[in-house]
Amino acid sequence: MNFFLTIILDGLIQASWLFIVALGLTLVFGVLKILNIAHGSFYALGAYIAATVVTMVAARSLPPSVGFVAMLISVALIASAVGLLLERGLLKMFYGRDEVVLLLVTYAVFLILEDVTKLIWGVNPIYATQPYELFGNLEFAGLYYVGYDLVLIPISAVIGFAIWFGLNRTVIGKIVLAVIHNEEMSVSMGVRVNRVYAVAFAFGVLLAALAGALTAPKISMQPGLSSDVIILSFAIVVIGGLGSVEGAAVGAILVGLARAASVHLMPQAELFMIYLIMAAVLMFRPEGLFKRETARRI
Amino acid sequence: MNHFWRANRALIVASVAAMSLPVAAPASAQETFKLGIVTFLSGPAADSFGVPARNGAQFVIDQLNKGSVPSPYEKVGFGGMKIEPVIIDENGGATKQVQELRNLYQRDNVDVVLGYISSGDCLAVAPIAEELKKMLVLMDCGTPRIFEEAKYNYVFRTAAHATMDNVGLVRYMKAKNIKMDTLSAINQDYAWGQDSRADFVAAAQQLYPNVKVQTDLLPKFGAGQYGTEISALVGAGSDVVYSSLWGGDLQAFVLQSAPRGLPKRSQLVFSAADHVLPPLGDKMPDGTIIGARGSYGLMSQKSPLNDWLFRGYEAANGVYPVQAAYRITQSILGLKAAVEKAMSKNGGKKPSTDEMVAAMTGLEWPSPGGLIQMKLADGHQAIQPIAFSRTKYNPDLKRVDLIDIQYFAAECVNPPPGVKSIEWIKGGMQGAKCN
Repeated sequence: MNFFLTIILDGLIQASWLFIVALGLTLVFGVLKILNIAHGSFYALGAYIAATVVTMVAARSLPPSVGFVAMLISVALIASAVGLLLERGLLKMFYGRDEVVLLLVTYAVFLILEDVTKLIWGVNPIYATQPYELFGNLEFAGLYYVGYDLVLIPISAVIGFAIWFGLNRTVIGKIVLAVIHNEEMSVSMGVRVNRVYAVAFAFGVLLAALAGALTAPKISMQPGLSSDVIILSFAIVVIGGLGSVEGAAVGAILVGLARAASVHLMPQAELFMIYLIMAAVLMFRPEGLFKRETARRI
Repeated sequence: MNHFWRANRALIVASVAAMSLPVAAPASAQETFKLGIVTFLSGPAADSFGVPARNGAQFVIDQLNKGSVPSPYEKVGFGGMKIEPVIIDENGGATKQVQELRNLYQRDNVDVVLGYISSGDCLAVAPIAEELKKMLVLMDCGTPRIFEEAKYNYVFRTAAHATMDNVGLVRYMKAKNIKMDTLSAINQDYAWGQDSRADFVAAAQQLYPNVKVQTDLLPKFGAGQYGTEISALVGAGSDVVYSSLWGGDLQAFVLQSAPRGLPKRSQLVFSAADHVLPPLGDKMPDGTIIGARGSYGLMSQKSPLNDWLFRGYEAANGVYPVQAAYRITQSILGLKAAVEKAMSKNGGKKPSTDEMVAAMTGLEWPSPGGLIQMKLADGHQAIQPIAFSRTKYNPDLKRVDLIDIQYFAAECVNPPPGVKSIEWIKGGMQGAKCN
């Protein structure tokens, strides 16, 4: 029994931060129809900024809680600004072009950001672990877990619920949904679609960077961080359905649990299991588990 | 007048003829030795291995060119020739490295190429040097396969391969009475991780016949997050958890496993962890058993050569040297010994590739990490002594000290000539000389 509880808990911890990353990716795709290859770079950017802020706070001998709050605020501000700048300064020039062009533009952004992070933070692994000790350790199912890892689960649940609520129960959310479902009709109803695009993209960047910041205290930041994350995030949104918040949640949980079960039961099949689930979903529901099929507009 | 002109003409003709003849003149002080150096300057291996190796190479070459290295390396450069390094980045994969090696030999006209950290790169470039009949000195890469699966004339490896790390580690554990009825392992899922794991498990089964392997994890290279793996390892509760993780992966694993009690539940043994001690500091759990792929860094033995490297490197770089700096140093010193040996046989002129190859084959030379002997693969593969120890954080010096250091002779932990490493281990490590 304890063994299965361990798998579930490990899976949920893994799913928690992956869900936040995938949420940003799926939101950007839902609104802008952009498959954002650079999404993993925003995750890495958030992690690096968080590490810098935490290190600065620790150098002033301030408590880890200050570092934790400071890193979240800094990352939120910088990521939102970067998102708005990129959308207004670059992506908007390519709206109306083929989706492949936008895909290539985000790929170019990914390559640029990879080098920008190397230029700023170098190629050496860096880490800032002070906030990782913030919530102590807890014993569960016969094992010690770091409180910080467990806290990520409710944090991601709150973020997920807030976004679901914002989209489905607020006026602004309904406007965003209107743009997602029918952009032309939204324009004719007086919706400023460009503004929705800018805010949605910036919010997507913010979510990726926030996930990076939240994981930063427990990992070692080094080049290559972004590519690993984007691959897993794509698997999650493909499983859940591109553009679906519920899909991102279920996809993240499935990927987290599949990975945890593999490591515990069949370590050599760890990566294979994730892609097996993705392949199975694509075979039976090519549009993903939660994406509704829509009639093609003529 | 005619007589004078005739005499002058004869002199000119004689001079031109003399200049066109091959003369066995000694290498002049103006002549240089162009040395291609390949190491990771970017990518995941840069911080742990590539940059320390580059820093080590720069320090040693600078010292050699000034003639400031202790005996027996006092002579300036290589046999009086100043060393002219051409340093390139190893990052980018094996295909890129094959092209870069050709460029070094054919475009930059280097005399010898020395370097390479990645096993994949070593396996890819060795046949190219052989094809071009150019001398290649591999300074690090761990895989035993280079000379166990192929035969080369122009290729040398001046450091012991990974078998030594794992056989030595198990011997150390046995010598220190470490209990190992059960064993779990976590290694990266590529050549280094898999080869290391195979060697360690095979050696453990020889010296601990009843050992039972429990959890055996192979996360992908650069995984970074090991929460689930740590649950599995803690859950298994093995006596020993072995790992060949390195660099950022090892740092992340240590940072994540320590608060979850893994070091308290199992004895951690890391085959190549010296390079993460400076960055981890007090985060490295006390009592962890570590290796450094040689008798290097804080585990090195006192000698004039070692004092020169340790103090000089530390003064130049602000951090003490770890395995990569030692390995490139022993490689450059070995090449120097070979070049000067060849020069002593050819009248002191700059040696040809074939002369250097003949001199390097079967060579022995002292290094800061101990005596290096080219004893395997018909004199092309080195063996060397190795040390292991336990960690203990020193709050006064704010660094991890190494205690319980034990040294193993090269012939105790390396296979004898003509035997494949894994077969030697599985056959009970016959012929090992440990006393």
